[in-house]
Amino acid sequence: MSQVIELSGVTKSYPGGVTAVRSVDLSVEYGELVAIVGPSGSGKSTMLHLIGTLDRPSEGTVKIDGHDVATLTDRQLSALRARRIGFVFQQFHLAPGRNVVANVADGLLYAGVPRKERERRAEAALVRVGLGDRLTHRPHQLSGGERQRVAIARAVAGDPAVLLADEPTGNLDSVSGAGVVELLRELNDAGTTVLVITHDHEIASGLPRQVPMRDGEVV
Amino acid sequence: MLLRPARLSASDLLRLGGTGLRARPLRAVLSALGIAIGIAAMTAVVGISASSQANLDRALAALGTNMLTVTPGQTMFGKDSYLPDESVSMIRRIGPVLSATATGSVDAHVYRTDRIPAAQTGGLAVLAAQLDLLSTVGAALAGGSWLNAATARYPAVVLGADAARRLGNPPTVYMQGRWWSVVGVLAPVPLASEINSAVLIGWQAAATYLSFDGHPTTIYTRAVEAQVEAVRGVLAPTANPQQPDEVKVSRPSDALVAQRTANATFTALLLGLGAVALLVGGIGVANTMVISVLERRAEIGLRRSLGATKGQVRTQFLTESLLLSLLGGAAGVLLGYLVTGLYSTTQSWPTVVPLWALAGGVGATVAIGAVAGLYPAIRAARLAPTEALASA
Repeated sequence: MSQVIELSGVTKSYPGGVTAVRSVDLSVEYGELVAIVGPSGSGKSTMLHLIGTLDRPSEGTVKIDGHDVATLTDRQLSALRARRIGFVFQQFHLAPGRNVVANVADGLLYAGVPRKERERRAEAALVRVGLGDRLTHRPHQLSGGERQRVAIARAVAGDPAVLLADEPTGNLDSVSGAGVVELLRELNDAGTTVLVITHDHEIASGLPRQVPMRDGEVV
Repeated sequence: MLLRPARLSASDLLRLGGTGLRARPLRAVLSALGIAIGIAAMTAVVGISASSQANLDRALAALGTNMLTVTPGQTMFGKDSYLPDESVSMIRRIGPVLSATATGSVDAHVYRTDRIPAAQTGGLAVLAAQLDLLSTVGAALAGGSWLNAATARYPAVVLGADAARRLGNPPTVYMQGRWWSVVGVLAPVPLASEINSAVLIGWQAAATYLSFDGHPTTIYTRAVEAQVEAVRGVLAPTANPQQPDEVKVSRPSDALVAQRTANATFTALLLGLGAVALLVGGIGVANTMVISVLERRAEIGLRRSLGATKGQVRTQFLTESLLLSLLGGAAGVLLGYLVTGLYSTTQSWPTVVPLWALAGGVGATVAIGAVAGLYPAIRAARLAPTEALASA
């Protein structure tokens, strides 16, 4: 088993007849760095939800880290996300009142890691993303690029099978954005499977593999 | 690989609930305040009532509940009856009676000086008193001395507490064309309030100077505690064997007990008001939690993506609600205790807050927190992760 993501014939349609994703086949192997690229409305976000097990397909099968999503209960999907999937969002989603270590440690809360161990691993992850000197800062004291690094540290602290980044540079200037992409590349070099979802062809073209999407289909 | 969600430890849950409150401290404090006021009101009501009862109980214990008084009633034709002269000695012969003494109403008016117009009697009664009055009614001297075998024959008076105040603590008083010297002043007598506004003179002096007829008008008796009711039954026929139905017997401590019952009714009413305040506080907490869930959809989405189960999201919000109301409850119980302490100190009562009131206050807040938080928590858990993330 070398495929971390395996989609076959996946369709997602919503009540009211909107079909966001249409019979998509996609497989990503462990250790890959892949970009799903397409304009808004192309079904990228739905792909993220399906691969991230936040939503279930209407048709077809989704297998993540060897688990068929259709056979898992909501609780089991939660456990899968807690241990095997890391998310990075365009809006960072950091808790404003809490320091950087506490924010990153929250990423391990639902994986059953004891508190001291969570903090230890959070610090290690922050050092890994280059924020070793910002441990006691709060999100509002950081730049946008630094905030996204915190979010990435939270996603990788649990050493997930796959890191899903949804428009990770969408709220950043080009220099910070480039830095974040560089960080994702470094993490990939160190062995993490990374899937970036972006509308930015420039970013996508810099990555080893692109999956272009248009109107809910892989083209 | 077995996929089973990890359990959150109790301390993680508490921390999780606390972070939600810390993020908006003012809101947390204000909605906890609603609960606090309700609980404080209820605790204080129960506490003040309990303190007042403790005071009454203390008073009853000190005064004794074994005193009975005998007074003349009315004849069949509506005229005032009187007690026979020998009634006191007859009552003393009842087995379980510990002591019996009497006062007799004297038809005289007392004045501070001879310059006071005769109409200004001040509403003070003049009572001839037997020498063992004090020990039987439980009276104490505030100053001076009580009548003795010598002063009881001469123009000497002892003033009741109110009488002394109304006369202005004079060294002498003027009565029936004669100056009487004040030899003592009594402290207030709770079980025989008629003595407070009376001027007491010796039995013989009353007969000698004020043409007192010698009939006792109030007989005070103390009986063995266990036999009080039995003694009560035979007092009337003993005091006046010819006309036992013209004798009134009462137990002054009954009035204090009745007062306690009246207090309890009033307390129930106030408790009801406190409960309304508590209910309003609970609605405030529910409101805060509903708003909190609406505002924190993005956080809910994030936590779901980090691997929180529906149950864990529900528990987080429920914990937050419980913490919020517990915070209010603890503050309320403390406040209520302080109010009780303050009030009972000013009344010189003992401060008593029953344990059940404290435990009940905290228990009520837990129940309120659970009820108020349940619906918002269920809503938070039902939110689909994709929807929650999209709303950011």
